[in-house]
Amino acid sequence: MIALLVRDMRLAMRAGGGFGLGLAFFLIVSTLVPFGVGPEAAILSRIAPGILWVGALLACLLSLDRIFQLDFEDGSLDLLATAPIPMEGTVAIKALAHWLVTGLPLTLAAPAFGALMNLQSPGHYWIFITLLIGTPALSMIGAFGAALTVGLKRGGLLLSLLVLPLYIPTLIFGAEAATRGTAGLSALTPLLMMAGITAGSIALLPFAAAAALRVNLR
Amino acid sequence: MEMRVDNLSVARGGVPVLEGVNFTLSAGHVLILRGPNGSGKTTLLRTLAGLQPPIAGHVSADPENITYGAHADGLKATLTVEENLRFWASVHGIDSIDAAVQGFNLTGLTHRPAGNLSAGQKRRLGLARLLVTGRPIWLLDEPTVSLDTASVGLFADAVRAHVAGGGTALIATHIDLGLQAETFDISPYRANGDRATPSPQRDRYADFDEAFT
Repeated sequence: MIALLVRDMRLAMRAGGGFGLGLAFFLIVSTLVPFGVGPEAAILSRIAPGILWVGALLACLLSLDRIFQLDFEDGSLDLLATAPIPMEGTVAIKALAHWLVTGLPLTLAAPAFGALMNLQSPGHYWIFITLLIGTPALSMIGAFGAALTVGLKRGGLLLSLLVLPLYIPTLIFGAEAATRGTAGLSALTPLLMMAGITAGSIALLPFAAAAALRVNLR
Repeated sequence: MEMRVDNLSVARGGVPVLEGVNFTLSAGHVLILRGPNGSGKTTLLRTLAGLQPPIAGHVSADPENITYGAHADGLKATLTVEENLRFWASVHGIDSIDAAVQGFNLTGLTHRPAGNLSAGQKRRLGLARLLVTGRPIWLLDEPTVSLDTASVGLFADAVRAHVAGGGTALIATHIDLGLQAETFDISPYRANGDRATPSPQRDRYADFDEAFT
């Protein structure tokens, strides 16, 4: 399993691997929003947590179809399915690799990008915490969507449409926790709800995704 | 390691392709699988490998003992030859890739990215993967595509060494590999093989089976 993680990370870092794609997209969103909304600092700092969350979510969505599609096309997925690693483990590791190359960089960059939107002082801390807890759910839910659409040529559109509604609860609770925290209110309830979604996704979705992959490999 | 196949029926896309297939693959022997294009060789191999469930019948071997060599080699273009092999070796818990590298004459290529290899070299790398799985039953689907005569010889040597070590291999191929092997023709087992008029739907699936490579 470690070998699979190392391979996926290595593939992501090499040319054409897609590392940095999400981060670049996130930077573009964070840069463009102040131009679109206007330079009023009060409005910007009020919407900053929500915009950062939406930006991170869309950036995450951008690279989802790579999780299984490339391995499906070159036959690796067949070989992984017959390898000694259980399919559930393969799915979990691939979701983890996706998080490490997409979710984690987004989380680390978000406090800095927040400065572009006049994010106020405790906000940096809160956007970091909420993304740290929430982005693993995005990767895991995304891996499930990718497993469902793996056999389809150009399945990216269907994947986005399938995954978006599943992302909404995470977005609502994540953005709510970040907004409340930034405003100095108690953010515990939405934070715990989001942590629950993340824990549930990690516990259940590898099984669902593995079942979907088995059907798609037939 | 022996694999017994009893009364196996396989389907592709829900349409039965082969019915009532019986054969035994015994240790130390090679079985050559023959049948015209679209007759269901790939479907049969994928079912035996555990990638899809049979619609009837039984396979005695555990998929954990089977390695499947498909049309696609499962190589990553941006990883080097060595990295590709090391990955599959560690997935299967094997430490050394030297035998695989030497067996398929890849020694000078280990640091080349797999994407820069020629079609035949890629195929050799794909076949070298079989040696790092450490599994006794090989199911191979057209393994010699794009190999030159010398490489076919290397492959035949690898199969001979494998079966000499107690392994076994089922190979779907159209060429003569120069191996001591029995031939198993699947044509008699084709589903509704005696039907008077061809069913357009079934033939469409049969074509699809070949196109799915």
